[in-house]
Amino acid sequence: MIDVNTAGEVWIFAEQRDGQLADTPLELLSKGRELADKLGVKLAAVLAGHNVSGLSAQLGHNGADKVYLVEDPLLEHYQTNPFAKVLDELIRKHRPQIVLYGATPVGRDLAPRVASSMKAGLTADCTDLQIGDHEVKKTGTVYKNLLFQIRPAFGGNIIATIINFDRWPQMATVREGVMPMPEPDTRRKAEIVREKATLSGRDLPIEILRQEIQERKVNLKASRVIVAGGAGVGSKENFKLIYELAHSLGAAPGATRAAVDLGFVDRDHQVGQTGTTVRPSLYIAVGISGAIQHQAGMSESKKIIAINSDPEAPIFNLAHYKVVGDLNTVVPMMIKAIREKV
Amino acid sequence: MSYNCVVLVKQVPDTKRITVRAMNDDGTVNRGALPAVFNPEDLNALELALDIKDCYGGRVTVMTMGLPAATGVLREALYRGADEAILITDRRCAASDTLATSYILSCAVSKVDYDIVLCGRQAIDGDTAQVGPQIAEKLGITQVTYLERIIELNGRTLVARRNIGNGRQEVRTLLPVLMTVIDEANEPRVAAAKRLMRYKDAASRAEIEATGVNDAMDRAKAIEEKGLLIKQWDLDGIGADLAWCGRDGSPTKVHRIQSVVLEAQESKAVEATAGAIAAMVHELIEDHTIG
Repeated sequence: MIDVNTAGEVWIFAEQRDGQLADTPLELLSKGRELADKLGVKLAAVLAGHNVSGLSAQLGHNGADKVYLVEDPLLEHYQTNPFAKVLDELIRKHRPQIVLYGATPVGRDLAPRVASSMKAGLTADCTDLQIGDHEVKKTGTVYKNLLFQIRPAFGGNIIATIINFDRWPQMATVREGVMPMPEPDTRRKAEIVREKATLSGRDLPIEILRQEIQERKVNLKASRVIVAGGAGVGSKENFKLIYELAHSLGAAPGATRAAVDLGFVDRDHQVGQTGTTVRPSLYIAVGISGAIQHQAGMSESKKIIAINSDPEAPIFNLAHYKVVGDLNTVVPMMIKAIREKV
Repeated sequence: MSYNCVVLVKQVPDTKRITVRAMNDDGTVNRGALPAVFNPEDLNALELALDIKDCYGGRVTVMTMGLPAATGVLREALYRGADEAILITDRRCAASDTLATSYILSCAVSKVDYDIVLCGRQAIDGDTAQVGPQIAEKLGITQVTYLERIIELNGRTLVARRNIGNGRQEVRTLLPVLMTVIDEANEPRVAAAKRLMRYKDAASRAEIEATGVNDAMDRAKAIEEKGLLIKQWDLDGIGADLAWCGRDGSPTKVHRIQSVVLEAQESKAVEATAGAIAAMVHELIEDHTIG
């Protein structure tokens, strides 16, 4: 752990693969910018890899004041130990007050390892971050300007606000897709601070033999309209209805975990707590009962249409348009209406 | 060669099947009313350990940290084939966050002879996925997260396949290793009838004491004589430094808890007729939601 350092910077971990930044670090920059401005400190990105300096400009355009750049051939491919070592060393040296990671498979592998070696706190999968004060009731001590790490817990049934006031840095992983993307400004430039990593082959206990990356077939996060099917759709065959309705709207087809588990559609389409979190303009829930885990991934949609034959389905509590009826008749009616109007 | 596996499991409230009975009138969840279950992905971790034992031999030790009632998941592990079960229970564990929990569990794991430590990727009550990697760091061993399959175990070398979200990765590393296992890894076996009969009376001392019976000591003794007393450790027994346990050992604190209330918003009922559906579509086009 490091001592409390209220002048410390706000950091984000700039996850990259093969020299490309994902969306997540950019989302972290937009939230990080807000936090840094509130605290009156600098926002920095930690960029580690091999031949990645070219990404510094993009980090600057998206809000970073500074980029801590660590380049080393041993950092070419992500693995836990060397990246954890880089972060551990940088954090001890520069004492940031906040360090944010994307709650991606990499972020969730890396951040706990760093938290453990730093003996610092870490809150997983935050959906919001704010700056606020905390009073310890027993002693009356007030800690000002702490990071409020807000996350759903208990399967999404409660929202917990977590803090750490005495053992810093304050660290959190942030769920993908819940923070808005920043507006890039190409005039903005980040100061580049080159750092050396003290790495040797012994820091790389893992040998990566093969890697197959499948680009996602569907980009739920970027879609304005999502048509999602649940277990109520009934079969893989019948899931065609979801695709057809989606197609008529230029929408992305989504699904609940139940529909994925039943084999109607593959996991790329899954919306919800263990899938993708989305916030489209319109979410059409077809044959979805509305388990809280699913709601956690779509409740921020601007408008929701629910089509379900069960009038008691919890999804109706969220819906702006409630259609109680058989999806096999309602969906074709919608497709027809859309085709005729557009 | 044979491999000794330690499997770390957790008893969790069943957050996946929240029935009306577990809901309060205000739409919030009554956590106390949820049934306690074996954390699902920990069952996958146990299955993997049993699989390793079936293929190569070795011992499977299952550990859990929790209240006396958590002995329940240890019994379930014995029914499925675990060789030994250990309950880590101590009032001073209360309010441990993931860092303190991983410290306590790492102290316990250090007490036994292991080649492989296994745990589920995450528990369904917190969904943090942090305890596994933190234990690996504290033990100073390699972590392999999101394990989907062991491809090869040969001497001290492990080749395994990980699911990295947008694809798969095959890695090679040397034991000892900690692996976090995902639900796609396998289909956990069910309790074996014979083992169920053999271990159904297995219990921990804490569990017997928690029932409040007067003859707890005698009962524990009787169970011990049958070889069914589940081993129990407290923080002193595992040599844990209290400064790193429980509330004091936890950097993260709860500022506030809000219950999620499922409430109706401004909404319209739409008839399932062609006319009403067309009117709804028209409205969405008019307000530029679609089109």
